[in-house]
Amino acid sequence: MNVLEITGLSKSFSGLRAVNGVGLRVAEHQTVSIIGPNGSGKTTTLNLVTGVLRPDAGTILINGHPLPARHPEQVAASGILRTFQNGRVFGNLSVNENIEIGTHLGLRANRPFKVFAAHPLMAWLPMLAEVLLACFPTPAARRELAEAQERVNEQVNRFPERLGPRQNHLAHTLSYANRRRTEIARSLVAGPELLVLDEPTAGMNQSETAEMLKQLLELKASGQAMLLVEHKLDLVMTLSDWVYVMDGGQVIASGPPARVRTDPAVIDAYLGRKS
Amino acid sequence: MLDTIISGLVHGNVYALVAVGISLIFGVTNVVNFAQGSIMGFGAMLGWWYIGVLGWPWWLSLVAVGVSAAVIGWLVNLTTVRPLIKAPPIAALLTTFAASMVLDNFSQMVFSTETRAYPEPLPTDNIQLAGLSLGTSDLVTFGFTLVTMLALGAYLRFGRDGRAIRASAADPDAAQQMGVEVRRVQNLSFILASVLGGIGGVFFGMYSGIVTPTSASFTGTVGFVAAALGGLGSISGAVAGGLLIGLLEALGIYQFGGGFRDVFIFGLFLVVLLVRPHGLFGSRRTVTTEPMTGTFLGAGRSIPIGKWGWAGLGASAIGLPFVAGPVVASAGSQVAIYAIMAIPMVLLAGSVGQVSLGQAAPVAIGAYASALLTTELDLPFAMGLLAGGAAAMVISTLITLPIWRLNGHYVSMATMALAYVVVGVILNWEPVTNGAYGIAGIPAPQFFGTVLITPVQHYLLDLVIVMLVLWVVLRIQHSHLGTVLAGVGSDETASRCLGIHTRDYKALAYAVCSFCAGVAGALLAHQYNYIDPTVFTIQMSILVLTIVVLGGLNSPFGAVIGAVVLVGLPEALRIANDVRILAYGVIMIVMIRFRPQGLWMRRAS
Repeated sequence: MNVLEITGLSKSFSGLRAVNGVGLRVAEHQTVSIIGPNGSGKTTTLNLVTGVLRPDAGTILINGHPLPARHPEQVAASGILRTFQNGRVFGNLSVNENIEIGTHLGLRANRPFKVFAAHPLMAWLPMLAEVLLACFPTPAARRELAEAQERVNEQVNRFPERLGPRQNHLAHTLSYANRRRTEIARSLVAGPELLVLDEPTAGMNQSETAEMLKQLLELKASGQAMLLVEHKLDLVMTLSDWVYVMDGGQVIASGPPARVRTDPAVIDAYLGRKS
Repeated sequence: MLDTIISGLVHGNVYALVAVGISLIFGVTNVVNFAQGSIMGFGAMLGWWYIGVLGWPWWLSLVAVGVSAAVIGWLVNLTTVRPLIKAPPIAALLTTFAASMVLDNFSQMVFSTETRAYPEPLPTDNIQLAGLSLGTSDLVTFGFTLVTMLALGAYLRFGRDGRAIRASAADPDAAQQMGVEVRRVQNLSFILASVLGGIGGVFFGMYSGIVTPTSASFTGTVGFVAAALGGLGSISGAVAGGLLIGLLEALGIYQFGGGFRDVFIFGLFLVVLLVRPHGLFGSRRTVTTEPMTGTFLGAGRSIPIGKWGWAGLGASAIGLPFVAGPVVASAGSQVAIYAIMAIPMVLLAGSVGQVSLGQAAPVAIGAYASALLTTELDLPFAMGLLAGGAAAMVISTLITLPIWRLNGHYVSMATMALAYVVVGVILNWEPVTNGAYGIAGIPAPQFFGTVLITPVQHYLLDLVIVMLVLWVVLRIQHSHLGTVLAGVGSDETASRCLGIHTRDYKALAYAVCSFCAGVAGALLAHQYNYIDPTVFTIQMSILVLTIVVLGGLNSPFGAVIGAVVLVGLPEALRIANDVRILAYGVIMIVMIRFRPQGLWMRRAS
């Protein structure tokens, strides 16, 4: 069973074909990476998959089902959670609160009628219910939030030395690396079926990268399916079950890391084409 | 009919001049300069002074107005936009709006509010052409617009500065690194825009024949409608938008009469913003790349008060009228009613980072709904109060629903337009609202047969509601919902990727504000016993906003302090109205520049 399966995905920006007929698959418990030179369409592919951009063409199946309309909210609700290339944390919220927002998706007692959230007019019902519960929380709602807070703590403890002492710091004061950790924790707390990571080690030094690799390997061992875009090839080769190589908006090669590493097309793309 | 079209085009010319300025500045700085209409108003009054009082020839006066307007525009940029260029756009949005308040009221103080006959330096109907009467002034207006637009177009396209302007608009940082002096370019765009606006003001005076500071600056506001219709950032769109608005206005008045003018123009504005925010000629990109409004302006933490602090504050607020007497109590009611409008704004302007420039709309809906239900249907007061809040919430939120997928200027302009439309509808819907005559004999507040008549009783009732609103807003702020709202304001895309329907939450924050505003309006109606459309002015909307900015965008208690300072003190010190509004503007600019976190906030650690 594939968690994610995309075929023929295309997107142009005023004439420029950023992504051109891309297809890829992520199976359950699998870690898949996309590599390629800058401007090859990797991040655009992630943005298309997560609904941040709308594709011009192509199909995206999540657990075998197409999404009715591709909005980021719906993609998230179907179990695909992501981080961003430039570490988008909520700057005016604390680390704890940042991660707490990740629990929003799974809340039930605090979000009655949430099935109506997507309907412009019916959304009144869940919205007003949330206001009422904020003022007068039911015992079930309180219990659920306490549990959510426990899950937030679990995630913070994934990075005990890093985020532990900074739980109540505002996120805009965090270092680049800690912002990424907060982002990952925020996505993981939602219990994603597929975790999408856009350059999780960008801006990290060697020891920080090694630490991140260790944590990602632990995640992988726990069975978490992941889709990565990453430049650091050592990390990609160690972590991935399957690697797609993109260049010029197209997938030029794919396979297990060992095979991709020796693929002449890949070497061309990275080291420059022979004329 | 042809006469109507010609007169529409003449009006449209003036709108186009203002709209081009707005689009030019938006293109260069990404700021919607809300002061642009006021610069036009000021230009109109200056023109009256140069031509009518000093007796200068028309061409010299035009040059003088151009120079004066250039100086004003340069000052507006210097004080309100340039210092905030690195701050979130919400900051410059608020300060240019504040600058417009300062300019309008300064103009009223200098030139006084009386209606003046505009001098006729050029004949207005000396040319007869195929049954049409035209004047040299119309030809000059047309000629000026035509020549300036062509010149501006050529300048932007071929001139050195023009290229610099376009480069700065595309990417200010990159332009700076390539040696473009972005500061100078921004100054230049403000000066160009202001010259066009000021001269547009003189043309307005010439065709309308009479002028007051407010009528001229209101006409400038129509320039926004034109700029939005054409598509913000598009110069040719602004010209087309201006001419189109002028035509539609003339035809609309011809068809339905002048009374519908505001409803018609601002209704059109609202429809454009809701249905086609990128305008008729703008590109969709300008809307989607609209920078995030963000709430960093309010970054900081509210100073904690504690249980005993709240108890002490509550007790002294309750005790106040018994010590200080009924005069203070009636000033206190005013403070409390404004606090009720302002406190929930911390969720909208603070948490989700959207600025409503039209809170007078839900206030008016609440006041009229409650007044009508209690006088016509004999509903009890408490029901009227709740129904007022509910009606304000449902009507304002439903009308603005499509705007919440957007941010920043679009939200602010739509809420402002809503305020004009609501008051216009009340004015024109005579069978129900009694139009300009208002509703008299609204019953005083009463509970279970006890009628509250004295100022002290009113004050205590209002105080109880202030406390309720404070409690609710603090509860929301400190709940999971409050965290989600703050996340939406901080980074909308990241929120959506966590499964949060950001549009719903922005609308929710607005709905809570509108409910409270409706309740405040109902209290106002029952305590005055009489309401008419002139109560619900743009000044009311401005005051609500200034109160939250002063108190701190994230601090509900700060809003109470803001209301005491901005409503209570002027009442107590008996400060004249025009000075007050001038002061609101200055306070807003100074606060955002030097203490953006507000009075009742500590800086973020």
